[in-house]
Amino acid sequence: MSVAATPILELEDIGKSYGNVHALRGCSLRVRQGEVTCVLGDNGAGKSTLIKIVSGLHDHTDGVMKVDGEPCRFGSPREAQATGIATVYQDLALAPLMSVWRNFFLGNEIRRGPLRVLDIDRMKQICHDELAKMGIVIPDLDRPVGGLSGGQRQCIAIARAIYFGARVIILDEPTAALGVKQSGVVLKYIVKARDAGLGVIFITHNPHHAYLVGNHFVVLKLGRVVLDAHRDELSLEQLTAEMAGGQELQELSHELSGADPGKVAAPAAVEHGQVEAPDLPPVMEAEEERTA
Amino acid sequence: MTAAATEPSRAEAIRDDRVATRSLAARMLSRPEVGSLVGAIVIFALFMLVAVPFRNVANIGTILYGASTIGIMAVPVALLMIGGEFDLSAGVAVTTSGLAASLLAWNFGLNVWVGVFLALALSLAVGAFNGWLLFKTGLPSFLVTLGTFFVLQGINLGVTRLLTGNVATADISDMDGFASAQQVFGSEISLGPINLKITVLYWVVLTVVAAHILLRRQVGNWIFAVGGDASAARAIGVPVRATKIGLFMAVGFCAWLSGMHLLFQFNTVQSGEGVGKEFIFIIAAVIGGCLLTGGYGSVVGASVGALIFGMTQLGINYAGWNPDWFKAFLGVMLLLATIVNVYVKRKADLR
Repeated sequence: MSVAATPILELEDIGKSYGNVHALRGCSLRVRQGEVTCVLGDNGAGKSTLIKIVSGLHDHTDGVMKVDGEPCRFGSPREAQATGIATVYQDLALAPLMSVWRNFFLGNEIRRGPLRVLDIDRMKQICHDELAKMGIVIPDLDRPVGGLSGGQRQCIAIARAIYFGARVIILDEPTAALGVKQSGVVLKYIVKARDAGLGVIFITHNPHHAYLVGNHFVVLKLGRVVLDAHRDELSLEQLTAEMAGGQELQELSHELSGADPGKVAAPAAVEHGQVEAPDLPPVMEAEEERTA
Repeated sequence: MTAAATEPSRAEAIRDDRVATRSLAARMLSRPEVGSLVGAIVIFALFMLVAVPFRNVANIGTILYGASTIGIMAVPVALLMIGGEFDLSAGVAVTTSGLAASLLAWNFGLNVWVGVFLALALSLAVGAFNGWLLFKTGLPSFLVTLGTFFVLQGINLGVTRLLTGNVATADISDMDGFASAQQVFGSEISLGPINLKITVLYWVVLTVVAAHILLRRQVGNWIFAVGGDASAARAIGVPVRATKIGLFMAVGFCAWLSGMHLLFQFNTVQSGEGVGKEFIFIIAAVIGGCLLTGGYGSVVGASVGALIFGMTQLGINYAGWNPDWFKAFLGVMLLLATIVNVYVKRKADLR
């Protein structure tokens, strides 16, 4: 069996229940080197539960998780990291009052000498270099991360995970809170990580972002896998439809068909369609009149 | 940025001009201990002005002694607060430790040193129990240690009354090992006209060691992290539980050190002592720049806070003012220090 063919991480019929709530049921997933596996799903689909299992925060209650073909369970995030699985959480797991470099090396501090003192200069240098690779220069690495922008914090978290997490990186909705340009930077970095031979799990609810970088797509709904397809077998339209729940999207578009989004009209005119006139704030009304 | 020239890939990195490098002065001012340093200078100048005995060099020893008895506890309490937790039992835990050493040695006729080490084990166990209970119950440490505060207070009075029929322990100064133990925990060193109690040495050593651990050690990084955001710290692989329990045990260790000084300074321990001290430790830490919410603060600041206490306590005496006003003065100091801390920090962050 060649190296590329063996998935680094493999989930077989993984399930997790909290009491009698089944957050995740029969989920299977394969992560290979140099591939981006996108996990999509609406709110409450079980995405977060899935990451928590893989990153070692929660234990699964059903199924088997394999790393390099060997069944295993993680008792803590540290164990997951030791096997090369790094996670960038939605809330980024940064301590807001701590400086940039202290956050970057948290839990993996570099120490030197027989007294094992922190090697601050080297940590600052590496931190600066790694952030520069992501296109961000923070002149004062002693600043608390709480004062930085969302994009900068995202970059610190991703750069940190890539610097320490050698083989699999899990990104939990990295673009959810970002603007268009910052999202682009993050997506570019996902591709860079893939090209560097990492297996990437990209969790998102944005099919457009997923389709830009993904090789493999898994759609979750209400704790179950409803789609598991390779990029070749799928178009963006299909993915979007599957993600929004095909039938539901059709119904929605039928329902909204009367309200032509391109149409510019005074709010009063809309009541001829099938949607009731929304209560628009005065500012928006003024804007619409002007464009009209 | 000299580093930018050495590697071509870095040249393409766009420098965010919204985040400018701060001046050295601004960086110094944004350190957590600045407020307490300013406060210490003001208090020092005030008493130098109004209290004649304050200017006497020989009184430095007395002032530092007062500061050291608070400082020995303010240091671990500050570490614990940076780690995001309170210990309201810290004051009575000192008494518990002194009582335990004395009662154990006296009642079983043991060498005093055996009592001393049994008390150490007990103090560490109380700290570990506080930490364990915190994680077991998931309650805030304010409530958990408020519970142990009352429990220890009751045990101190109850057990002492039970064993001695009195509110204080018996004098142990004639027992085996007392002389050597007093050398360790209660001796005095003369430096010219200044007589320094050994607690001053312990206080300084503790401050240096704790500051080193906090800023230059892996564990220090973890302390900031568990206080700043415990779930983030856990997610990144920091052993949150072990770090916090360790901090409670550090408070236990220092409570033991203070308790031993209490015992060997006065040969006997009053069982009702220590109530209310826990707030003084917390106030010293807060004056020193520790946030009540955790994740930020300084050990050096807490020690300066303790020094402010020592100066105020004796300064009021030396100035001939009524010592009844001491507590009112403290309250004002606390408020002023925290306001200055917040103000200075905000100003420095904006620069």
